[in-house]
Amino acid sequence: MKTPKQRSVDPATVAMLEAAASKGLAVAWDRQEAMEPQCGFGQLGICCRNCTMGPCRIDPFGEGPAAGICGADADIIAARNLVRMIAGGAAAHSDHGRDIAHTLLMAAEDEKCDYQVKDEAKLRALAEELGVKADGKDLRQIARAVAEIAFGQFGQQHGEVVFAARAPADQQKRWQRARVMPRGVDREIVEIMHRTHIGVDNDPVNIILQGVRASLGDGWGGSMIATDLSDVLFRTPEWVRGRANLGVLEPANVNIIVHGHEPTLSEMIVAAAQDKEMVELAKSQGAKGITLSGICCTANEILMRHGIPVAGNFLQQELAVTTGVVDAMIVDVQCIFPALGALSQKFHTKFISTSPKAKFPFAEHIEFEESRALEIAKRIVRAAIENFPNRKTEPCVPGHSNPLVAGFTAENIYAMLGGRYRPSYRPLNDAIMSGRLRGVAGVVGCNNPKHRHDYGHTEMTKELIRNDVLVAVTGCTAVADAKAGLMCPEAAMEYAGRGLQEVCRAVGAPPVLHLGSCVDNSRILVVLSNMVKEGGLGESIADLPVAGAAPEWMSEKAVSIGFYVVASGVFTVLGEPLPVQGAPRVTRFVCEDMEELFGGKFAFEADPIKAARLMIDHIDAKRSALHLPGPMYEVPYAPRTAVEEARAAE
Amino acid sequence: MKKVYFDSRKCLGCHSCEFACAVEHSESKEAAKALLEEDRPLPRRRVRPVEGACLTIGCRHCDPAPCVEACMAGAMTKDADTGEVICDTDKCVGCWMCVMVCPFGAVRPGEVFTIKCDMCADREAGPVCVEACPTGALFEATADEFAQRRKAREAAKQAELKT
Repeated sequence: MKTPKQRSVDPATVAMLEAAASKGLAVAWDRQEAMEPQCGFGQLGICCRNCTMGPCRIDPFGEGPAAGICGADADIIAARNLVRMIAGGAAAHSDHGRDIAHTLLMAAEDEKCDYQVKDEAKLRALAEELGVKADGKDLRQIARAVAEIAFGQFGQQHGEVVFAARAPADQQKRWQRARVMPRGVDREIVEIMHRTHIGVDNDPVNIILQGVRASLGDGWGGSMIATDLSDVLFRTPEWVRGRANLGVLEPANVNIIVHGHEPTLSEMIVAAAQDKEMVELAKSQGAKGITLSGICCTANEILMRHGIPVAGNFLQQELAVTTGVVDAMIVDVQCIFPALGALSQKFHTKFISTSPKAKFPFAEHIEFEESRALEIAKRIVRAAIENFPNRKTEPCVPGHSNPLVAGFTAENIYAMLGGRYRPSYRPLNDAIMSGRLRGVAGVVGCNNPKHRHDYGHTEMTKELIRNDVLVAVTGCTAVADAKAGLMCPEAAMEYAGRGLQEVCRAVGAPPVLHLGSCVDNSRILVVLSNMVKEGGLGESIADLPVAGAAPEWMSEKAVSIGFYVVASGVFTVLGEPLPVQGAPRVTRFVCEDMEELFGGKFAFEADPIKAARLMIDHIDAKRSALHLPGPMYEVPYAPRTAVEEARAAE
Repeated sequence: MKKVYFDSRKCLGCHSCEFACAVEHSESKEAAKALLEEDRPLPRRRVRPVEGACLTIGCRHCDPAPCVEACMAGAMTKDADTGEVICDTDKCVGCWMCVMVCPFGAVRPGEVFTIKCDMCADREAGPVCVEACPTGALFEATADEFAQRRKAREAAKQAELKT
C-alpha cells in the first residue's frame, strides 16, 4: 500500500489520508489499489461491448483474435470507444450549457424570476455579436433573443455552430476542409452514437473525425454558451481574492459544501447562505456563523464571481466529509463520487442531491427547480444548519489553506494588460514577441488516483513558469495550483523566471491565471483567438507559441476538451494516455497525423517535468517558425540548439 | 511448494491472467511499450473454453514431471527445494519433446527455446496471474492448503443441503 505522502503532495490531503486510515475508512486511493492490476484490454482500448455478439477483445500480442466477431480490428474498436468517450464528455458540458441557456430564457420571460441579468454589458456585447438588433428592445427582450439563439445551437441541424466564427479564419478553414465544422451541438453527439453502432462507420480516421466535430461543438458550442451565459446571468468575473484547501472549513461554523458543476444551484446557495435570517438561525443552533465552500468546478464558479473559498479538488471530496465538520454536502452533477453516500452515513453529514439527473445512494434528494430557486436554496441551507447540533465526531480539520487571486477572463485580460485607458492584448503579444514571455500554456484537468495527487499539476506549472511560460489554468488544476501557493502575485517572485516576473510585477498578476471551471476552457479558446487577432503571432492558433496539458485527467469531459483544444491547433500533453495504445493507426492519428489537419496533436507523458519540456520544445519550435528571438533572459531549460535537435531526432 | 490453483466456478474468461503474464515476461513490463518490443512477449498461461466453462491452463509443476523426464538436453529440471519445474534457456535446444509430452498443453515452443511458467521468478510479490485475476479464480496455495479448501467447501455444501 502506498503511504499518504506517496498518494498526494498536498499537506492537507496527506493529513486527512492519515486520519481516514486511522478511522478505518476506505477512500478512492484505497479502491484504486484494490482494483490493481487494472484490465489491460480496457487500458489499451481494444475491447468492445457495442453489441451482444460480443463482448469482443483483440489480443494485442498477436496470438488470439485480431478482429471482433463483426470483423472490427483493434483500430476500429479503439476509435469507436474513444469517440464514445468524447460523446459522453461533450454531452456533459453541453447539457450544462443548455441548463444555463434555459435559465437565461426564464429570467428573460419572468421579471419575478430569482435569476436576472446581472451583466448588461456582456449581454449587449453578445447580442451585437449574434446579430440581435437592439432597436427599441428593452433588456429583457434582448436577453430573450440571445437566449433563444443560444438554446437553438443545441438542436441546430445545419449550418455552423455560431461561436465557431470566433476562431481565426485559418482555423475555420481547416475545420471546413476536414469536414468537421460542427452543425449543431446535439447533432454531432447523436451522430457519434449512430456511427459507433454495430456495422456503421468502420474507418478509424473517419470515426475520430466525427469525434473531433462533436468536441468542437462542445468547446466552441456547449461549453462556450455555458461560460458566456453564466457571465450574463451571474456577471463576468473580476479579479478576486480567495483561499483554497480543507483548512477553509471552520469547525465553529455551520459548514456547507457545494460540489458539482452548474452555477445555477451554487449561486442561489451563496445568496441563501448570506441571508440574515439564515445566519441568525445558524447562531441559534450554537454556531458562530455559516461557512460556504466548494469542491470541483462549482467551487471555481463561485470563487471566480464571489471569492467563496475552495475546500478542495476532485480527490478531496471524501476527505472533506472525513473532517467531521461538514454539515451538508450539496451536489448537482458531474464528478461526484457515489461513495460519498455511504461515507456520509458514518458522520453526521447530510448528503443532499439536487438534480433530477443525478441521484445517489444514501442521499437526501431535495430537487432544485430554477423557478423556485431561492426558496429551495434556503430550504437546503436550513437543512444544513439544523444538522449542526448533530455532529458526532471530534472535528479533524487540517490547518492548511493558501491565499489566491482568481477571476481572469478573456474580457478582463484586455484591461489587465492594457489598463483602463487602452485595454488591449498588445502588451501580451509584445511580451511574447520580445521573448520576455516565452509563450503561454494551458494546464487543465482532473485528479486521478493512478497519479500522485496534485503532483502533476503543480510540478508542471512550476517548471513552465520558471521557464518564463505564462500559465492559464482551469478546473482541478486551478485548485491544485492555488493550494500550492502558485496563484498569488508573490508566487512570481518565488517561482517564475525573470521575464515572467517582470510581466507579473508590471500588471500585478500572479504567474498562474485562474480562468474558471472546466466549461471555462472555452475562455482559453477565446483568449487564443484574440491573440491571433491582435497580430504578430501568425495567422491561426496553430502558429502561436502555446501548448496545453492535462497531467492528471480522468474524465470523458477531459477527452472532449483535449480534442477540441488539439483540433483548435494546440499541442497537448496528456499525463494519462488516451485508451488507444492497442491500436497503432489510431495512436498514430492522434499523436501525429492530426497536426497536419488541425495544427495540434497529442503526446502522452506521465512525468510532469518531461511533459513540461515537451511543451516548451513545442513553444520554442513555434517561436522559431515565427522568426521570433529566443527567451530574453537565461532560462533553466534552454532552447534546443540545431545540433541537439538533430541528435534528438536520431 | 506453493502452486497456482484454479477455481473454475469463479472464472469469467476475461483473459486478464494471460495479458498480465505476457506483460510480465516482456522487456519493459508495461503493456503499451511491450506491444512495440521486437521479441513479442508471450503468455505462459492460456484461457480456453471447455464445455461451456472457462479453463486457464498453466504449468502444474507436476511430480514427477513428464517434461523433465523427456528433456534430452538436461534443460528442464525440477528444483528439489521448491518443486518448481524450470527450463534453463541456455541449455534448451528447441527439440520440443517437452511440448509433446506435457499432458496439459502448458509447455509451448517459443522462437528458440521452450516457454513455460516460471512462477514469475523475478517478481517478489509472486505469480502475476494470481494478482491479475479480478475474481480470485486463480490463487496460490500448497497442496495441503488446496485439499483443506476443498474439504471446507464440501462441508459447507453438505451443511447447506441439510438446512
